[in-house]
Amino acid sequence: MTHLGYLIAGWGTVFVACAIYAVSVIRRARRVAANVPAERARWMTGKDSDVIGET
Amino acid sequence: MANTKTSAVTNTMPSLPGPRADSIGTGSRTTRILGVVLILGIGLWLFLAFGPSGPDIRIDGTSGQEIGQFDAFRLIYVHVPAAITAYLAFFVTAVGSAMVLIKRSVWWDLVAGASAEIGALSAALTLITGSIWGRPIWNTWWEWGDVRLLTMLVLFMLSIGYLAIRRLEGTAEERARRSAIVGLLLVVNVVIVNRSVEWWASQTIHQNSTIAEAAIDGLKAFTLFFSIVLGVGLYVWMMIHRFRLAWLERQFDRFGLDDALATRRAEATTVLDGRDPHGRDRVEGERP
Repeated sequence: MTHLGYLIAGWGTVFVACAIYAVSVIRRARRVAANVPAERARWMTGKDSDVIGET
Repeated sequence: MANTKTSAVTNTMPSLPGPRADSIGTGSRTTRILGVVLILGIGLWLFLAFGPSGPDIRIDGTSGQEIGQFDAFRLIYVHVPAAITAYLAFFVTAVGSAMVLIKRSVWWDLVAGASAEIGALSAALTLITGSIWGRPIWNTWWEWGDVRLLTMLVLFMLSIGYLAIRRLEGTAEERARRSAIVGLLLVVNVVIVNRSVEWWASQTIHQNSTIAEAAIDGLKAFTLFFSIVLGVGLYVWMMIHRFRLAWLERQFDRFGLDDALATRRAEATTVLDGRDPHGRDRVEGERP
């Protein structure tokens, strides 16, 4: 196979970056979710206003 | 007997503060099913890209020599999906931004922000994989005079600016309106990036659209199409998680203090009742 170093660099960057991003989002969410009650954790079940600035 | 022992052990556990028993992260049945499908898809993607799709080798008509991009061509299967995912993400950001300006919708504001973050990641990956591909094919990592490269870099910088504006101080309404205006600019730039190779054809070494010009066919075309579908699938999966995180953060910002006070009040009540904060009977001599 030609250009193996470039292939590893290109494909590797994509895999590593996506994995780091996905893990960081899920971990951040777990931390925040620990302080949010289940009934408010999802937009579908939440009763919060949908208008910006409105309480 | 075993149950009694287990129960006794459980009841003597100290009441440590920890995550809520009812906490929900960003995962759900939908994301888990989609995740499994994507993992299987990634397996097939790797097989197709490095197996039967083959390298780009053609025979020169006059000299009879082998020409083409050889195995470096396989970088197309990460570069193009990254670029298309970035376009899609910024398009969604623009739609969300328009809805923020029209309806002042919180939902659309969070969607726009989540999509822009994934778009910025995709744009960065487009630039990086493009640069890595350019080195063996164009003999350069980067060309400052190239309009495609430069407009893509501007798009990436603009997306970073958008994310920075979302974090500026101000009321929720001010932040949403400011970022929505920049969000609309993103999609204008997407059009400029996409058309740049045709509008300024003499100022770029970047090839025209591989798909639009049907420059590849057969299994290579199928693999590229499959890569794009997989990229979109990955975007959807990330969007669901990122949106749910944004929603959780909003809920915590708005109600975090109220929730903490309510929890403390509930704990105080249960301690007075002779039960620990988790509703278990307090063992004699255990400190509340």
